[in-house]
Amino acid sequence: MAELAQLLEDWEPVIGLEVHVQLATATKIFSPSATTFGAPANSLTDPLVMGMPGTLPVFNRSVLELALRLGVATGSQIRSKSRFARKHYFYPDQPKGYQISQFDEPLCENGHIDVILAGAVKRVKLERIHLEEDAGKNTHVGAVSHVDLNRAGVPLVEVVTAPELTSSEEAAEFMRSLHRLVRWLEISEADMEKGQLRCDANVSVRLRGEDRLGTRTELKNINSFKFVQNAIDHEIARQLRLIDSGGQVQRETRLWDATLGQSAPMRSKEEANDYRYFPDPDLPPLVVDGATMANILRALPELPAARFERYQKMQNLSADDARTLVGDRALADYFDTAIKARPGDTGRTIANWMLTELLGALNAGGITVAQSPMPPERLAALVVLVETGVISGKIGKEIFEESYRTGEEPAAIVQRRGVQQISDEPLLTAIIDSVVKRHQKQAEDYASGKDGLFGFFVGQVMKETQGRANPVMATELLHKRLGR
Amino acid sequence: MSSSPEFWTVTDTVKRVASGEISAVRAVNTLISRITNLDRELGAYLSTDETGALRDAAEVDRRRKENIPLGPLAGVPIALKDNLVTRGIPTTAGSKILQGWVPPFDATVVEKLRAAGAVILGKANLDEFGMGSSTERSAYKKTRNPWDTSRVPGGSSGGSAAAVAAGLAAASLGTDTGGSIRQPAAFCGVVGLKPTYGRVSRWGVIAFASSLDQVGPLTRTVKDAALVLQVIAGHDLRDSTSLDAPVPAFADAATGDVKGMKIGLPKEYFEGAIDADIRAALDRTIAALKDKGALFDDVSLPHTKLALPAYYLVAPAEASSNLARYDGIRYGKRAEGTDLLDVYRKSRGAGFGPEVKRRIMLGTYALRSGYYEAYYKKAQQIRALIKRDFDEVFAKVDVVLTPTTPTVAFRFNAKATPLDMYLGDIFTLACNLAGLPGMSVPCGISSDGLPIGAQLLGKPLDEVTVIRAGSAIEAAVGLGERRPAGIGGI
Amino acid sequence: MLTRKEVEEIAFLARLHLDDDELEKMQGELGAMLEHFGVIAGVDTTDIPPMTHAVPLELPMRLDVVMPSLTTEEALTGTPRRDGDLIVVPAIIVGTES
Ligand SMILES: [Mg+2]
Ligand SMILES: [Zn+2]
Repeated sequence: MAELAQLLEDWEPVIGLEVHVQLATATKIFSPSATTFGAPANSLTDPLVMGMPGTLPVFNRSVLELALRLGVATGSQIRSKSRFARKHYFYPDQPKGYQISQFDEPLCENGHIDVILAGAVKRVKLERIHLEEDAGKNTHVGAVSHVDLNRAGVPLVEVVTAPELTSSEEAAEFMRSLHRLVRWLEISEADMEKGQLRCDANVSVRLRGEDRLGTRTELKNINSFKFVQNAIDHEIARQLRLIDSGGQVQRETRLWDATLGQSAPMRSKEEANDYRYFPDPDLPPLVVDGATMANILRALPELPAARFERYQKMQNLSADDARTLVGDRALADYFDTAIKARPGDTGRTIANWMLTELLGALNAGGITVAQSPMPPERLAALVVLVETGVISGKIGKEIFEESYRTGEEPAAIVQRRGVQQISDEPLLTAIIDSVVKRHQKQAEDYASGKDGLFGFFVGQVMKETQGRANPVMATELLHKRLGR
Repeated sequence: MSSSPEFWTVTDTVKRVASGEISAVRAVNTLISRITNLDRELGAYLSTDETGALRDAAEVDRRRKENIPLGPLAGVPIALKDNLVTRGIPTTAGSKILQGWVPPFDATVVEKLRAAGAVILGKANLDEFGMGSSTERSAYKKTRNPWDTSRVPGGSSGGSAAAVAAGLAAASLGTDTGGSIRQPAAFCGVVGLKPTYGRVSRWGVIAFASSLDQVGPLTRTVKDAALVLQVIAGHDLRDSTSLDAPVPAFADAATGDVKGMKIGLPKEYFEGAIDADIRAALDRTIAALKDKGALFDDVSLPHTKLALPAYYLVAPAEASSNLARYDGIRYGKRAEGTDLLDVYRKSRGAGFGPEVKRRIMLGTYALRSGYYEAYYKKAQQIRALIKRDFDEVFAKVDVVLTPTTPTVAFRFNAKATPLDMYLGDIFTLACNLAGLPGMSVPCGISSDGLPIGAQLLGKPLDEVTVIRAGSAIEAAVGLGERRPAGIGGI
Repeated sequence: MLTRKEVEEIAFLARLHLDDDELEKMQGELGAMLEHFGVIAGVDTTDIPPMTHAVPLELPMRLDVVMPSLTTEEALTGTPRRDGDLIVVPAIIVGTES
């Protein structure tokens, strides 16, 4: 049998993802019970959630607003009139016997997400983003299963990519980008451990150069970034080995078992389903008017990919630093506030202070940027003190530490401790003059070529000034005074 | 006016209770004993709530004594079709699958009735989930027609119609998906009003076909129907298909004045097989209205014949979906099985009756992928054509008059096949497909001594014109003081 | 004409257990109905939008505010099999769908 790497030279994997994202609303998509995570079983229900007779759905406006943010941020076409449809299947976590979802008239279509890969930015097409309700939770305990319907009715968006990811790494990176984006837009916590971000993957392989897609399998139940990569790699390998040994890929749904690190087909009888979609007669068409769209557009933050570009071009940051900053909306916002508080120069110095001093201190304290005791304006003020030569970089670090700890303004600390640099040219000239006069012998030795003595003079000047002499200036003036 | 409350109108009851001529408790007690005496034979009620009824009646009396303003239906004893959800009172929809279910909430119409001071006597029998036209499809009992106990009361709101006709309630609520208020009203000689779709909230109404279902009153007079409608109508935030439209003073429209009113007679409703007695009663009705100054116009609703196939595809499709929740998992009856699939199939197989199964099967068929376009979608397109017919007719006339049914009440087991049963609904279906208000008003008695109903169809939200025309028919050719004589020596 | 196999498939989709007699009756009855309803196939409905709702409406929206609702006991009254606050069903073999 051929090696996998060799098979991959001839065969190209094709992956499409269907990702469910829980929206961070207070109440469910169609009823006013709470969405709190981790509440006692069946304590967050209402007659609709329990699928009781006579109940009717009423749509939650926040769901639309959050979903539109994602739609607009992904450059999707927003349908001015979309529709809810019923998707029928019987399952104990599905109380009505159907899921309210969207079918042929989804809210968003033809968007994209820019995925930051190692080398470049890849634009991944989104076929659709639609709204639907989550199901409850089944837990399997021996001969029975337990049903908790707290999660039933929690709002979801389902993001469906075009089949154009070509490796498990790209798929995982897409998931990271989507994760970052929905957190960035503040529409979901997207905590995968809480099931707030869940992924199904459609995987197929085809001969390189071939246009047509191969037979795909659908992998369900992929619930961490690591599993996305593992499950897809495993499936690509399984398909290639199957083909290599003369077999054929079957169109089927497979369940990923993270503990065993393998997938198994779902029983075909259960799978032979026909969802019998039809427009939900209880819910008139969802109309998005101009005013709603205008509000969404007005409130939309600059997106991570755009900031990544801007930080490199306008703020002269390295790609690495820019990526780190846009990895977290709060961090990037901190940076933007800081550079605004200190107009003029590029943000490179600010970024350095943030990524070393600030993040170091935050990590040591186990807190997030949002909880930082050092506001961005104060960090900017400190950086200004260093950049204008009021204090040295070394002193700056001490001031940072104290200001971070006590909350005192950097300028006040500098004043109190009297640690301003001496950048006064006549004063420094006078100090240097007296130092040189006191060390006439060394001055002569230096003049005759003993280069190593320059450091001695710098040291003497610093000693004289208790380390406050502006080092750049002192060096320059020393060269002038010593003649070389 | 009788001195005993069983046949008092809603208006009379309210007046006499408010004046203190009779206490609400006594009025309600009278009806409770009448139910105890007669309903064993009639079978109108599935359950009664005597304790609750007397408690609510006592509350009305207390308020009256303390001069607290009384609601518009204070002390009026009412029956509710058992597909209306009542907090703390078992609600079955006439199905075994819901046996024992005690809802933790009230339907909006129930809240509104209670707030208006109405007293709920109990839950009326119906065809299981509203699927039927004779109440023979109830999983629990047979309801007899009070005019002739060998005949059906119609359906699916058969219990609601029979209770009002027999004086076992002053008024009742039914639901109408394809004629289920109007047809039993016609068979039992009472007034049945199906409001415009969206006029009355569906919250707490056990869904049969969501885009067709409406709640409405069954009463002994047109004015009573208007009074009850006024209480139950109105915008409800809990129903996304509820109309945000002002609710007019419907009862004020029951004037009997039709002078200058333009009434359309759709030829398609008069050309098929109709009982000769019904035809004659309609002719008399038309003549009487002409006398009162109404103007008649022959009109055409060319897609009428397609209403039956369209309805019997749309309604079962929606029903198959609405009834998917009855699975024996969260409430209701569960059949034990070898595995989950077995539990589903057996619970549903044992819990649903044959008519419900038939409609679930038909609806599932119509929604399957590959069949959807040819059946469900096609039926909804035909529905649009039917609606268009009405729009054109209503550009010319104010209201449409037709027979409610092609026959009078039939005998038990008279319909050989399900399709025969469906064919009896031909006159009532289009109203639901088009979302229009419709009313059946008694307009005569057949040679067999059975009531005949005239149907009025109005423009969307124009119940007022329907009520006005209905009150004119009632005054001219109504049953007056004639009471059903088929039961318990009424 | 509706075949017996089709009737069985539909019954499976609808999760209805039907015994042999029922299946046979259903086959005849549904077949007769579908034949009767066949007339709709001949109706020209080109460019007619399907009428999904009886009245034209836009979706109303509610505010995202939690409202008091069912207690666990109210939610589970009448639940045929329970284990504490959980609903009990026979073991599920396959995973969830959504
Ligand atoms: Mg999916
Ligand atoms: Zn989904």
